[in-house]
Amino acid sequence: MANNSMVESRHPWKAWVYLAPALVLLLVFTVWPIINTVRMAFLENYSGLKAAGGAHFRFGIGNFKKVLEYKRFLQCMKNTVIICFLTVPISTMLALLISVALNSIKWFQKFLQTVFFLPYVTNSIAIGMVFAAMFNIVGSFYGTENELIVTAGIINNVIEFFGGHAVNWINYGSTYAANITVMVIYIVWNALPFKILILLGGLQSVNKQYYDAAKVDGTSRRRIFTRITVPLLSPMIAYVVITGFIGGFKEYTSIVGIFGENMGPADDKGRLNTMVGFIYDSLSTNSQGRASAAALILFGLILIVTILQLWVSKKKVHY
Amino acid sequence: MKVELQNLTKIFPSRNKKEGGADVVAVNNFTFTIPDGKLVGLLGPSGCGKSTTLYMICGLQKPSSGKLLFGDDDVTNLPPESRGVGLVFQNYALYPHMTVKQNIMFPLQNLKGADKLSKDEMLDRAYNVAKIVQIDELMERKPSELSGGQQQRVAIARALVKMPRVLLLDEPLSNLDARLRLQTREEIKRIQKETRITTVFVTHDQEEAMSISDMIVVMKLGVVQQIGKPQDVYNSPANLFVAKFLGTPPINVFRGEVKNGKLHIGDEIVMDVKGVADQEVTVGIRPEGFILKADGPFTCNMQNVEVMGRDVSIVSTHECSLNETIRSIIDADNDVNPEAKTVRFALKPNKVFLFNKETEERIYVEEK
Repeated sequence: MANNSMVESRHPWKAWVYLAPALVLLLVFTVWPIINTVRMAFLENYSGLKAAGGAHFRFGIGNFKKVLEYKRFLQCMKNTVIICFLTVPISTMLALLISVALNSIKWFQKFLQTVFFLPYVTNSIAIGMVFAAMFNIVGSFYGTENELIVTAGIINNVIEFFGGHAVNWINYGSTYAANITVMVIYIVWNALPFKILILLGGLQSVNKQYYDAAKVDGTSRRRIFTRITVPLLSPMIAYVVITGFIGGFKEYTSIVGIFGENMGPADDKGRLNTMVGFIYDSLSTNSQGRASAAALILFGLILIVTILQLWVSKKKVHY
Repeated sequence: MKVELQNLTKIFPSRNKKEGGADVVAVNNFTFTIPDGKLVGLLGPSGCGKSTTLYMICGLQKPSSGKLLFGDDDVTNLPPESRGVGLVFQNYALYPHMTVKQNIMFPLQNLKGADKLSKDEMLDRAYNVAKIVQIDELMERKPSELSGGQQQRVAIARALVKMPRVLLLDEPLSNLDARLRLQTREEIKRIQKETRITTVFVTHDQEEAMSISDMIVVMKLGVVQQIGKPQDVYNSPANLFVAKFLGTPPINVFRGEVKNGKLHIGDEIVMDVKGVADQEVTVGIRPEGFILKADGPFTCNMQNVEVMGRDVSIVSTHECSLNETIRSIIDADNDVNPEAKTVRFALKPNKVFLFNKETEERIYVEEK
């Protein structure tokens, strides 16, 4: 023991030298930005330019007040929360069903696994553009009630093929509900591969004997799913739900992918903007204080939701 | 409930047929009637088809051919849940997220239609069966909070709670430590006697099988070698495989020859073997078949002596031995000189078995 501590304490600075490259990078690019974000959030009238000019500013919660009074920010928050609470449950449920189905088939399993994994390795902006094309309306559309809508997007073609009416999904004059529907479909589709990967991995590590035992006892498929598969997968489910929410709160690129930088249909720009989008916009107008305050609010939201989930999973998750 | 296996066969098709891989016959033409209320052990080395047989009785695997009857019902094509079997898995397969009580009640909650039980009835039955296996005080615990032996009992309780017609145990003791193993095997015997359920269990441990079974079935490469009461099988093995597989320490095997009704091992005539035609044979001698005798007919080279309290184990060698060493167990009262170069034995005729050199089948010696 004494010998050991001798070895440990002989050159304590050596350890720090070895750690230095990582520590320096962490300090510069992670720790300091976090501290600075908090500092800037509480600095009123702060902006990069003003600071350079030596303008006076003081500490206070003015930034938070201002952000929360902003109608646009509240819209962003609403969009973010709606997207989170719609996409995470839907994608988790779908991923669970797909992975259970994948796990139970033998033929094409590897092939289908690859198919389901493709969105993960594809650029989400590119996917967004494809989705935008699929939901698009191409033609002379002026938004007046008498105008004949010419549809070219594949989704509307399919709807019309089955005798339905074409929907204005994302173009000029589209409704908020239609916009959100497209966003949810897109985000769910984009989120599936990672979730399927995790859940399928979990399923494949479940001892097959549990299922044999259930079979001998004559357990119905539904009961096997709800009483055995889901509880045994609960750690993985908790993991994908929590990371799903964190990812959902940070949603931004998928909106850009579909709507471009307008963040909404042409007649209502910014309608689908998210919190991260708001932060980005604030930065580009040199309102670092507001951006920092919004970032902290986002952080607080994610923290609350995650703590809630951990609290729930402590009761429901079997490890 | 008697269980009848008629020409039961299981063939696993080859995975790589194109490369000329052969089908695997896991169980070959197994015919046997398990008498009602008995405890039967399926015994054999790994890959002998004993587990496959168990799974076929259970219904998790379908036989390739042959029939399976429970009493007079043909259950060959019934799914496991309609057969009325309880299966205890090797690693127990207790649901880790449920308490002991929930685990035991799980099979009852699956019952449908006329068999459906009220919650009180379920609890009643769960507690009754828990009492039989003596875990009624652990009902609220999770499996991870139980010892291996307790988990084992929970698994048995879960299998028993739906009152199966046949109880099946897959290597029930292999996950327990040596001391617990002894205890649990007596426990299994007790539970089986108390419930009088026809029970089949699988093991590769001959001692385990011998100690608790009413009957044992020795298998090798899918083929049944011998069926009988444990002691009968031990005392009169049908072939060299069975002789070698049963007994600890294992049987000593020698090259021998029968000439004029005398058994020769090396240059020595060690025993009279009446009614056996002249031929080269394989000789099996149980460790307890040796008698220490100064002028005995069988001479071995002394290697060392292990004193184990009750008896003495003499380790020796012989040029005709097919094992590296010969192990003989004699009473501790005998005075053995470990320094001696050779040791001489007489043999107990009922502990010496002759086998055909090629087929390894037993050659029976006429009694005197």
